[in-house]
Amino acid sequence: MPTKIEKDAATGTDTTGHEWDGIKELNTPLPKWWLYTFYACIVWGVIYTVLLPSWPTLSSHFGGTSGWTRRGELAETLAAQKAGQADTRAKIVEMSIADIRKDPALMGYVQAAGRVAFADNCAGCHGAGGAGAVGFPTLADDDWIWGGEPEQILQTITYGIRNNNENSRISDMPRFGADGMLTKEQIADVADYVLSLSGTQADAAVLERGGVIYAENCAACHGEKGEGMHEMGAPRLSDAIWLYGGDRKTVIETITYARRGNMPAWIERLDPATVKVLATYVHALGGGQ
Amino acid sequence: MKFSHAIIEKNVLLLAVLSLITVSIGGLVQIVPLFTIETTIERVEGMRPYTPLELAGRNIYIREGCYNCHSQQIRTFKDEVERYGHYSLAAESMYDHPFQWGSKRTGPDLARVGGKYSNDWHVAHLNHPQALVPESIMPAYAFLNRPLSFDDMADHLKALRIAGVPYTDEMVAEAVRDVRLQAGALPDEDTEALLARYPKAHVGDFDGKPAEVTEMDALVAYLQMLGTLVDFTRISPDDLKQ
Repeated sequence: MPTKIEKDAATGTDTTGHEWDGIKELNTPLPKWWLYTFYACIVWGVIYTVLLPSWPTLSSHFGGTSGWTRRGELAETLAAQKAGQADTRAKIVEMSIADIRKDPALMGYVQAAGRVAFADNCAGCHGAGGAGAVGFPTLADDDWIWGGEPEQILQTITYGIRNNNENSRISDMPRFGADGMLTKEQIADVADYVLSLSGTQADAAVLERGGVIYAENCAACHGEKGEGMHEMGAPRLSDAIWLYGGDRKTVIETITYARRGNMPAWIERLDPATVKVLATYVHALGGGQ
Repeated sequence: MKFSHAIIEKNVLLLAVLSLITVSIGGLVQIVPLFTIETTIERVEGMRPYTPLELAGRNIYIREGCYNCHSQQIRTFKDEVERYGHYSLAAESMYDHPFQWGSKRTGPDLARVGGKYSNDWHVAHLNHPQALVPESIMPAYAFLNRPLSFDDMADHLKALRIAGVPYTDEMVAEAVRDVRLQAGALPDEDTEALLARYPKAHVGDFDGKPAEVTEMDALVAYLQMLGTLVDFTRISPDDLKQ
């Protein structure tokens, strides 16, 4: 209890009345502006809890008189944004990619929306700008595994490759070594033959043996001269572009264990307009046919 | 008698008791309603406890401190919803003990990373992130290609059951076998019972080494299920009004 409130001679202010070993403390009042700001905050706090979701009740909570919720506001924002782009996106869904490419306004939208959607959804595997990586095809060149026509690209993005979607692109290269279809020597020979398709030199006897094995086992999908086949997703072997690597060791590994890369069916994650935008965008990356 | 601070200040036991009561009021008002009000956790279909393999992967996720750089919480902002998908629901982490919401995004949010990339991608990326994303600063986790220790999975399930996760006796009894089954190490056996216990579980070999159950298998199985359980095409925003 304050017992001896005194007036301090030097400042003219009262002391608190407490004394500790001869030390006294001035009871300087808070500035008025501070106090009134504080009271205003309390009033605002009360108003705030009335307007917005705030107090818990036994089995629910008081939702506020304004009816505002964070989730409700988000739904409205997204709906407004969707409405603003609805015409453009409806056009994109309906029109063919060839027609979209002829429309500068739509292509402007595709370039802007496609860049964002590509960076988020595609660049993880196919690299920024479609540069590709080992096991993940380059999209900016004109070498296509499942086809580089606009509709082929659209099909690939929509339903993906080797996934659980019923329309997924499917083809399984046999595991020639792991499943005992070819011996190690045969695989070595056919690897040399495959490499010779893109100009690598090898012993004539090896190439002859390899050529026979190739014709029997590989040509059905990869073509007689290694030109590849889009319907089977069989890459062209007669160029210098290699998905998993074109050194002899990697080619032998590929023939032995096969490669079955896959890709999600993006229609399961994205809306049709975004998928179409991506197909058009990828087609325009540089290699579209 | 006039109320006096002096009584409290001079009686340390009374001070302790009154302090406890004061602090408790704050706690009770803020924490207790979350357990009693019905709007805390949304009622959505599809949530199920983690499969033993996913749980093992989650344990690796926690062990390696993935949460230090990756959040698992898509907030209710336009930018986040557009990039990562539907905002996270409380219901989606109701079986997480502890939850992995995180508070920092050095890398992207992972709440809905499931199904976004292929298993091959995850394995290649964890082995050497820069091979796929040159600008990434994520460290390599190639050492995860070692055998997974999962003899104790039943105990993990039991421990979570104490925390309220509805693991059944059957799930606990089958835990160790379910790990092998889901990771594709028992290719000739029927997975129907596993899928009945854990709908939407991804079954198969995740890391390209079918005979062996590795830590990589577990982590990829976990990543591939993140955010995939609730089917948002069947839910309207009104269903989620809290």
